[in-house]
Amino acid sequence: MAVYQSYSYDVLIIGAGGAGLRAAIEAASSGVSVGLICKSLLGKAHTVMAEGGMAAAMANNDDRDSWRVHFADTMRGGQYVNNWRMAELHAKEAPDRVRELEGWGAVFDRTPDGRINQRNFGGHRYPRLAHVGDRTGLELIRTLQDHAVYTGMTVHMEHTVIDLILDNGRAAGVLTYDRERGRFHVFNAKAIVLATGGVGRAYKITSNSWEGTGDGHALAYRAGAELIDMEFIQFHPTGMVWPPSVRGILVTEGVRGEGGVLKNSEGRRFMFDDIPDNYKPQTASDPEEGWRYTQGDKSARRPPELLTRDHVARCINREVKAGRGSPHGGVFLDIAWIKEKLKDSDTHIKRKLPSMYHQFKELADLDITKEPMEVGPTTHYIMGGIRVDADSQMSTIPGLFAAGECASGINGANRLGGNSLSDLIVFGKRAGEYASAWAKEHPAPRVSDVLVESAMQASLAPFERGDSGENPYKVQADLQESMQALVGIVRTENEMRQALMRIADLKERAARVGVSGHREYHAGWHTALDLRNLLTVSEAIARSAIERKESRGGHFREDYPDKVAEFSTINVAVRQGAGDVMEIGRIPIPPIPNHLKQVIEEQKS
Amino acid sequence: MATTATFKIWRTHPEKDGTFQTFHTEVTEGMVVLDVVHKIQAEQAPDLAVRWNCKAGKCGSCSAEINGQPRLMCMTRLSQVNLHEPVTVEPMRAFPPIKDLVTDVSWNFRVKKGISKFKPRTPDAPDGTWRMAQKDIDRVQEFRKCIECFLCQDVCHVLRDHNKHDEFIGPRFLVYAANLEMNPLDTEDRVAALKDEHGIGYCNITKCCTKVCPEHIHITDNAIIPLKERVVDRYFDPITRLLRIFQ
Repeated sequence: MAVYQSYSYDVLIIGAGGAGLRAAIEAASSGVSVGLICKSLLGKAHTVMAEGGMAAAMANNDDRDSWRVHFADTMRGGQYVNNWRMAELHAKEAPDRVRELEGWGAVFDRTPDGRINQRNFGGHRYPRLAHVGDRTGLELIRTLQDHAVYTGMTVHMEHTVIDLILDNGRAAGVLTYDRERGRFHVFNAKAIVLATGGVGRAYKITSNSWEGTGDGHALAYRAGAELIDMEFIQFHPTGMVWPPSVRGILVTEGVRGEGGVLKNSEGRRFMFDDIPDNYKPQTASDPEEGWRYTQGDKSARRPPELLTRDHVARCINREVKAGRGSPHGGVFLDIAWIKEKLKDSDTHIKRKLPSMYHQFKELADLDITKEPMEVGPTTHYIMGGIRVDADSQMSTIPGLFAAGECASGINGANRLGGNSLSDLIVFGKRAGEYASAWAKEHPAPRVSDVLVESAMQASLAPFERGDSGENPYKVQADLQESMQALVGIVRTENEMRQALMRIADLKERAARVGVSGHREYHAGWHTALDLRNLLTVSEAIARSAIERKESRGGHFREDYPDKVAEFSTINVAVRQGAGDVMEIGRIPIPPIPNHLKQVIEEQKS
Repeated sequence: MATTATFKIWRTHPEKDGTFQTFHTEVTEGMVVLDVVHKIQAEQAPDLAVRWNCKAGKCGSCSAEINGQPRLMCMTRLSQVNLHEPVTVEPMRAFPPIKDLVTDVSWNFRVKKGISKFKPRTPDAPDGTWRMAQKDIDRVQEFRKCIECFLCQDVCHVLRDHNKHDEFIGPRFLVYAANLEMNPLDTEDRVAALKDEHGIGYCNITKCCTKVCPEHIHITDNAIIPLKERVVDRYFDPITRLLRIFQ
């Protein structure tokens, strides 16, 4: 029998990015005991990478903005398969959540009259993103982290969750291992909040760090929860493409918000060539109007570079495939051109986009105030995730909550930039609040020793196979290649069936991976454990994408290039069936109430 | 244009001191040191321990000493190091080793808890929030760029050579304190603590911290010196001291 240390909390939070920290703060301040588990050190979660800002209709820069406009923008961006209740709550509550951060020490950029400054972003009708230059994610995570440590919670850093354990169908605890020593730990909790972020590491080109392996998605799935919308993946249009080692690293949409334009190798602003009908009334008719919009002219409409991310990514993909790409297989993103418009443009760019200036200067040896950048699509975000109740964020498993990227609903088929950071704080707070209430109403569940023991034995199996087993890095790389090639931006049934065959094969190989050495801080062992989660989410993505025989938002099918009415009223769901078979189903979207329907209609002009 | 490079990476051994292990590996244009470490990990040493996250200079996880210089591995391009000689990569030396390139930086998290938290004044704008001018927060925003890589702590001789971890919070947390002290909304007073508990007097402004900061924060000039001035003004200025006697 393997040994482990045990802990017990009222509320256990898995993940310490924006959603996890916000949930932990909420739960801790309601008087329950809180444990916070994170895979890295505190403050390093992927939230730090968010650049542009957090969307909240505070109307500081344009008093025409309100929750109604934000709600309608979010639904339009999501192509109306969003959970409308979540979109409503998000639009209504985001302003308070942002203001609250200021009381906790966040220092946002200011308007001339001293309020929180808000910037333009793709798909948002009015300037709406509270920001700090282009490092808003760092500001969010540091503010929450510095506030959280004084609330009395216990933080367990560099712990990886291996399995979620249930007691009579209710969430009861988790088994983790700590990286430092490689020892096992068992956490018992009355309520558990998953806030584990995304799945980007299932793809070869991604903006996600090593942590984005779909842990929360897969833990919930294996425990019997439903996942929905897994076919909707956001390929961010602008990732770095050169040098190869930084391929995929994000280039903020803020570059386009500040006036940056996309051009192909012929120097053409190709985004003007393809503007979807439902966005035409809101899109600039010429470059001059687009420029005026980025400089705050309220009578101007936004440039087509600020159309939704799914659309911009496909346009870039099309230019590259048509042979009009940049030398390293992307297109050009040019902010340097604004020197024609602004005196002192290089100081302006460095002040508005300091991290981007720094990133290109240091990693690509390129000065963005003087030369265009090369950019291309990168796997960035998954709209799909754990199915939750809109108000409480509880999953289909009692006592198990989810918030942030690993939960699903608010974004529908496509997420608007800036809606992620606000999602984290709105629904992070809600998850913490409801998890705490649940914990107060329920007795502590029991974590079965038998389940713990078998999970520990299974996780140590790679050491028994040693170096004669498969190399876990190789299996991971092969999966990433397959997903990139076969379940990417443009999909077909045929390719996705091939992907499923490869996934089946990779599952067998994953069952044979081996590692040697000691358990302390062992990256190979860690990769071996990650594979199970990556394979689960990859299969869920492929199966859901096959099921949705249409194109919508982040999901584009070459064999079904149009939207189909039949799919406008359902979410695709996956759950674990008997014998570990992944079951696929369709869940009808509840009809949208009249008052919200009206809001959408009035914002359509 | 792949070439072969030689890397000497610090490996720790259970119950023994560490040693450098030499690896030869193919490198290509545009690679950073972290790429090389990952390549070696994937191909030659699967149990090689390295801490990293964002790989874009934003999270501050992959701090190490490259050819003796404290740097982020993800932001050190191979074009910046001499590949004709073996490149050494070793962990930060001011912190206890855990394994290979990974160190125990938990002391930093404990230190932060000891600094009084942000305490804003009551909101005073009609809408129940605050107003602040951009020019009044520019300085604070500079401090808030900190990614907590702890390279400044690593290079600080008060910590690294003199081991004053119990008496001195180090440059990172002087920057943190400065960010709180200079926030226009904050009402807390940390000057006494800076002098007595946080050991600001230990800093003799050699500016080593400023030199290694990957975010180019002017740690010494903009954070530490102004805080030292506050301490001096209150406790060592002869006129203030005289006035205090008569208070």
